[in-house]
Amino acid sequence: MSLAGAPSASRTGRLRDARRLALFTVKRVIALFLTVLVGVYLAIIIANMGGQVDELRMAQIRANISEQVRGDPGFFELPQQERNELVERQIALEVERLNLDQPFILRSVDYLRQAIFLDLGRAEQMHSDHGSRQVYNIIVERLPATLLLFGTANFLVFFTSVFIALALSRRYGSALDRAVIALAPSSAAPGWFYGIFFILVFAFVIPILPAGGMVDVPPPEGTLDYALSILRHMLLPLAAMFVSTIFISIYSWRTFFLIHSSEDYVEMARAKGLPSRMIERRYILRPTLSPIITSFALMLIGLWSGAIILEQVFAWPGLGTLLFQAIGHRDTPVIIGGVVIFAYLLAVTVFLLDILYAVLDPRVRIGTD
Amino acid sequence: MSPWRERLRQLSRYPSAIAGMGMIAVLVAIAIYAVVAIPYGQALELWRGGEPWRLNPVNAGPVWVDRLFGGDMPRTIVVDSDEAEVEEERFDGGRMVRIPLEFDYESTGFPSGINLFVRSAFEESEPFVRMTWHRPDGEEIQLGGRAMSRQDRVSFSQDWTLERRLGEVAHVALFAVPDEQFERAQPGEYGLTLDAILFEEDAEIAAELVVYGRVHGIAGTDHQRRDLMVALLWGTPVALSFGLLAAVGTTITTLIIAAAGVWYGRWVDAVIQRLTEVNMILPLLPILVMVGTLYSTSIWLMLGVVIALGIFSAGIKMYRAMLLPMREAPYIEAARAYGAGNARIILRYMIPRILPVLIPTFVTLIPTFVFLEASLALLGLGDPVLPTWGKVLNDAQAQSALYHGFYYWVIAPAVLLMFTGLGFAMLGFALDRIFNPRLRAV
Repeated sequence: MSLAGAPSASRTGRLRDARRLALFTVKRVIALFLTVLVGVYLAIIIANMGGQVDELRMAQIRANISEQVRGDPGFFELPQQERNELVERQIALEVERLNLDQPFILRSVDYLRQAIFLDLGRAEQMHSDHGSRQVYNIIVERLPATLLLFGTANFLVFFTSVFIALALSRRYGSALDRAVIALAPSSAAPGWFYGIFFILVFAFVIPILPAGGMVDVPPPEGTLDYALSILRHMLLPLAAMFVSTIFISIYSWRTFFLIHSSEDYVEMARAKGLPSRMIERRYILRPTLSPIITSFALMLIGLWSGAIILEQVFAWPGLGTLLFQAIGHRDTPVIIGGVVIFAYLLAVTVFLLDILYAVLDPRVRIGTD
Repeated sequence: MSPWRERLRQLSRYPSAIAGMGMIAVLVAIAIYAVVAIPYGQALELWRGGEPWRLNPVNAGPVWVDRLFGGDMPRTIVVDSDEAEVEEERFDGGRMVRIPLEFDYESTGFPSGINLFVRSAFEESEPFVRMTWHRPDGEEIQLGGRAMSRQDRVSFSQDWTLERRLGEVAHVALFAVPDEQFERAQPGEYGLTLDAILFEEDAEIAAELVVYGRVHGIAGTDHQRRDLMVALLWGTPVALSFGLLAAVGTTITTLIIAAAGVWYGRWVDAVIQRLTEVNMILPLLPILVMVGTLYSTSIWLMLGVVIALGIFSAGIKMYRAMLLPMREAPYIEAARAYGAGNARIILRYMIPRILPVLIPTFVTLIPTFVFLEASLALLGLGDPVLPTWGKVLNDAQAQSALYHGFYYWVIAPAVLLMFTGLGFAMLGFALDRIFNPRLRAV
């Protein structure tokens, strides 16, 4: 290859990479969308099995229409019976309009469309803090709190454990290494479990941190004070999640790095006398990045589903607490909406990691599958 | 069988494995004891609460914790009129009965309540009972009088007029050292004398005085006076069987599906792969919550849903990777040559080969499901009738146990959960190092 041709070759190479990456992204988006579609459809079938969704919608229609008729000044003069007949007629019309008289299979497609577009309908009992009764508004209001807490926890656990694991794999068998191995079984307990103890110790025995909630009451003025208050409230749930996952992640990645550092090509690099930092970065970390990301994805998914209980224990006003309150109110639209949102969150997580995977894994770029 | 014995020998070299097995053995022993000592039906009956527990205090801590910290909190004292020296005096058309209910109070802490349960038998007219309280210093306090129905209960601690008259709740005022501001209780001989007038010749009356303590048994009691020991004991077999069944159910089904996918290949494999991806998106806990809310919170239904959703779990990908090279193995070809069917090859030739690798995963999965059950219970979706650890935690949470300082209520079930989790996890981790050949060198 001539020197002059090199830059253009690399440019076309990059172009080709970008094209492949775009193709891959589109493929993944379609695949994941189909996955979400199937997942939400399953959720709808589960929720409808006992005819619950139908009953719910019928009740909603009835309430809406009788409210309308009763509130309309034009019908004030009507006698009670005629008004009732009018209500019944309107309900029948509405039932026909919404295809509620059709078999469930046909309607389930309709529900699916609404759920996918997050047109989740109105809550039965609950309302958002701004007073909206739309399930969508209620959920969107809670989403940032969940994202903040769990996003922070995930990144913290991920980066800490990878770095500690790398350090430990370099000198395995040391006292620190053995301590981590001994502590790994402690991850059998989920975050909320440690949360209970942390609340007991740091909020009641030594009251230095708040036992729950997201900000002080009343919320502090100034943005900085507000952020500090949130941070103080975040410490305990973060610590709970951190403690419950950190040792097992360090353990599994340490083992993983150890296995990979005994590969022949690493031995070869060592024999060449390369500095250990370089061996770590180029010969161990680089080829193992994709499996690391896969396990990170699995961990994220696990944490998302654990959110409900952890938030409930810490009274963190996120999606989990919302779902918990919805259970208390038996507010089915909110519960179904919550399931849909969790499905979306998981899909987005998987998607982002897939893309990262593609960027890191040369095989995807080159096009061999 | 010798490779298994070899592995067992290796296992005995890990102290954590020994400890884990010991912990599991303890749990199994507790579970067996619970099932034998309190039969299933009786456990449910007890946990439903109410009548069986009327002699227990509300929210009493464990006795041993109090004594450990040098306390002398009172236990519950029950004085029955059957053991009292009852004096009788007949008059025309009835009787006068004097029942002295005496007891020795040894603590300087106040009791947590006083109840008098009265049973009487009569035709038409209810007996009238006047109550007098005797303190160790000889002082007498009139507690009023009232007519008693056949099954009656006098709750002195909830008598507001009495409280206003005495200046403090009855169970504090009646026991306080005189001339101190209700700071501590006076130990000594107390008594409650009942002067009953029976207006019929053959009417009967019996009474039970209950001075509720502040400590009770090994585990203490909850807000419904139930002895927590029942739930802690019975929670063990429930947790173990739920964890074991869920772990067996999910791993075995997943393994069979993965093997079938690998063996049949092509579209079967593709469908299984896609289903696994769908399943990854399905949030387990929210769906369990939904099922629990819409249908029933029966632990068996939950188990079914957990297994159903666990069939196509992420484990399939791992098993698939392990099974793929096996497909072309000569011994499978040999099996095919003698005419083994598909099912036979999958069940007898492929699955047994990776079972050993599965054992550690399986053992470490058990605590996950034990905690899952507790999580569901914590959300209020625990089994409606079974006493479980999670339900104890849920009650404690609902009653703000930590805020009120009832630490034992939270700590006992939590410690048991942790004990279970650690036991299985420690064994699982050791097994992992023995059964996973790649880890053995490390």
